[in-house]
Amino acid sequence: MRRFQLPVTACVIGAVWGALWMVLAGITMMMVSGLVFTPPAGLAAFLGALMALGILFFVTPESRKFPRLIGLALLLVFGLLMFGRMAPFGLRLSEGIWTQAGTMLLWAGLSVVSAHLCLEGFGSQPVRRYLYELLMLRVLKGLGLVLFSVFVALPFYVMVMTSLKSQQSLLANPLDFSVNITAPPDELFRSYIELFTKFHFDTFLINSAIVSVVTVFISLAFAIPGAYAVARLRFPGQAFLSRSILLIYMVPAIILVIPLYAVFSQLGLRNSLVGLMVVYPATTIPVALYMLQGYFRGLPSELEEAGLMDGLSRVQVIWKITLPLAVPALASVSLYVFMIAWNEFLFAFMFLDDLDIFTLSRGVVSLNSSEVPRQHLMAGAVVATLPVLVIFLWFEKYLVSGLTAGSVKG
Amino acid sequence: MEANTLIGSHSRPPSKAGALAKRERSLAYIMLLPTFFIVLGIVLLPLLANFWISFKPVTLGDLRAAQPVVNERIRPRPKAAGDEGVLRYRVRNSSKKDQLYAVSFTDVLPSGLEVTNLHESCRINGSVLTCRLGDLEGGSRLDIEMETRVSQVYIDSGEQARASKPVLAYEAENSLTNLEFSLDNFNKIFSAREFWQVLRVSLYYTIFGTLGALVMGLFAAQLLNTAFRGRIILRGLFLFPYVAPVIAVAFAWVLLLDAGPGGTFNAMLQQMEVSDGPINFLGKRSVDVHLFGFNFAFPVALTTVIIFESWRYFPLAFLFILARMQSISSEIYEAAEMDGATPFQQFWYLSIPQLLGILSILFLLRFIWTFNKFDDIFLLTGGAAGTRTLTVDVYEQAFAVSNLGAGAAVAVVVFFVLLFFSLIFFKFSPRDDG
Repeated sequence: MRRFQLPVTACVIGAVWGALWMVLAGITMMMVSGLVFTPPAGLAAFLGALMALGILFFVTPESRKFPRLIGLALLLVFGLLMFGRMAPFGLRLSEGIWTQAGTMLLWAGLSVVSAHLCLEGFGSQPVRRYLYELLMLRVLKGLGLVLFSVFVALPFYVMVMTSLKSQQSLLANPLDFSVNITAPPDELFRSYIELFTKFHFDTFLINSAIVSVVTVFISLAFAIPGAYAVARLRFPGQAFLSRSILLIYMVPAIILVIPLYAVFSQLGLRNSLVGLMVVYPATTIPVALYMLQGYFRGLPSELEEAGLMDGLSRVQVIWKITLPLAVPALASVSLYVFMIAWNEFLFAFMFLDDLDIFTLSRGVVSLNSSEVPRQHLMAGAVVATLPVLVIFLWFEKYLVSGLTAGSVKG
Repeated sequence: MEANTLIGSHSRPPSKAGALAKRERSLAYIMLLPTFFIVLGIVLLPLLANFWISFKPVTLGDLRAAQPVVNERIRPRPKAAGDEGVLRYRVRNSSKKDQLYAVSFTDVLPSGLEVTNLHESCRINGSVLTCRLGDLEGGSRLDIEMETRVSQVYIDSGEQARASKPVLAYEAENSLTNLEFSLDNFNKIFSAREFWQVLRVSLYYTIFGTLGALVMGLFAAQLLNTAFRGRIILRGLFLFPYVAPVIAVAFAWVLLLDAGPGGTFNAMLQQMEVSDGPINFLGKRSVDVHLFGFNFAFPVALTTVIIFESWRYFPLAFLFILARMQSISSEIYEAAEMDGATPFQQFWYLSIPQLLGILSILFLLRFIWTFNKFDDIFLLTGGAAGTRTLTVDVYEQAFAVSNLGAGAAVAVVVFFVLLFFSLIFFKFSPRDDG
């Protein structure tokens, strides 16, 4: 039995990769070209299994593997054509020849490379449990990486591509995400141009920016002294506060929204950006305070004591010693608060009625009607996502360290 | 003064806090004051106010408090000195329902306008007219009319009687602040048949959403724990769902899963010949599944929103778990390797115990946050097709049915369920990992 363990495993691995890459390559090429066909996943699995056996038996470390792998890939394409009776995708070969060829080559190449990466170092001899699990781990990791990436990226891909298409063409063929990149920009980005000229997205963008930036500044202005007090000064209730401040963040917004709606309506604060600039900091300050006090605690207090000895006041110590040392923490807190404020939906949705004070969240929701074509909705989504994503990628390092600093100890 | 403190501290042990400690304490309080006030005003007081509202039969319309509105005119319009006209004030109650008490107004009469027949409820003092109208029923109005004559001064000045606005004084009952309480709201929500269904959906959503996000996060962290080319890029990509605004990703999913023509995912499934017709992922309540002789209704829409929830929040778990994994020293793995432990054994017996602390914290936090979550489901399904959770129910009751009181009552339920879980968690969670 043990003699068959590896070959059978290899067959399964090859079949899985073959089918998976067939589906993914097929969908990718369909989306890029607009051609419609059915990728033969079953046949691909069968051929993939054979290919994996080929790798197991003929591609050994001693052999020159590169030409053999290329040979295997070409054999795969050949097999697909043969078993598919020269029309593996149910289309005549002359129909979209480049798309069909591209799909086949993409599939064959990726299948061979994936199977080889999994099976590298393994031969036809049976292996111990350790190596067998290593093989399983490679397969799981490979499959996980591919599937995770597709799963995460697909909605974003659809979002961007839909925004560049027109509703009619998407209704005609929902899988056709081909975009004519050579088209003049005002045609390609028509939805975006219309959003900014007809749907007031310029105002929304500015409103969102104002609200988010003001929220960041208010949060920092409130949280820095608070965090310093909790981290450095002794007072009754200090330990309690440092532990329980985060509890505030556990209070659901939906409980607060009814009373705040009622009170803000009567105060005339409801339908205004000022109302948001009061509510947002209140929800972000506890997090900001918690993150900052964790960081302040980690700073050496000797520096501050030296400053105090030299006659600086507490405020001067904070301003001249603590804050310059805490710049990374300040950056990550600002980023996190900015993200929360920029992405906030519930209060913006409940509070804002007038078009000229909509934030982006509120503005995109207003596009969600049957009268507005889909590409506008998706273009709005892209406009709302892009700034926060760009800022995030720019400062990713800070955000990641800041988010994890509070609760993960070495 | 400093000398005194010094001597004092020398002569006997400090029984009370020294001046320095006192100053430090008051400084700390001053520094915490702004935070305290904004949290009090926007979080704690509204929390209490929510309890208050939940005991009141208030609707959305009651927020526009009753107030009197007054109109003023003279007919016929005087054209020459000596013309007579009727000055009329029409006072109206803006609310259809609520009574107004002790309504009165004062108005400055323009010079040259003489009132010849003063209304009985009015007094004139110099040029100031004061009228006391008493109570005004909801939806009612009252006309005060009096005859006037104008002199040449009035005509010359070209002033209108309307030029000075009457100033109103009144007492109104605010249905939010009065002291009437009732249990109607709670009776109503607890007797509704769908309430228990909503509670159950909430729990399913919370439990499976949390577990889904954690398992996905753990898996993703495993994938990216080893170094390879493109790892940084993938890490950035894996954080996208968490960073992007909820409206953007929710609508992208809605379009992706659309069951009508133009839905990408359904088109893919049909192209792969996985499904015959479009599946309404967000609109279908359940399908009957026959498995091993068991029949059960598989909730389609609920599963979809749970998958969305896992998709959107796995990055947070992923980030924390990855950070924790990278802080585990490699020595124990090397030792295990020497002892012949296989990769899966290493994962199960070494990694998982090390990650248990962060996993339990993440479970706790995500559980509470998922339970609190409103926007995801609201944007995906609007609470239709068996996906209405308690938080969506708060919105539906308060703003869709516009019964603020009932919404607040559901919010109270949300709060207590949350409190219940928090207490359980704090009782059973490990103390040392914080």
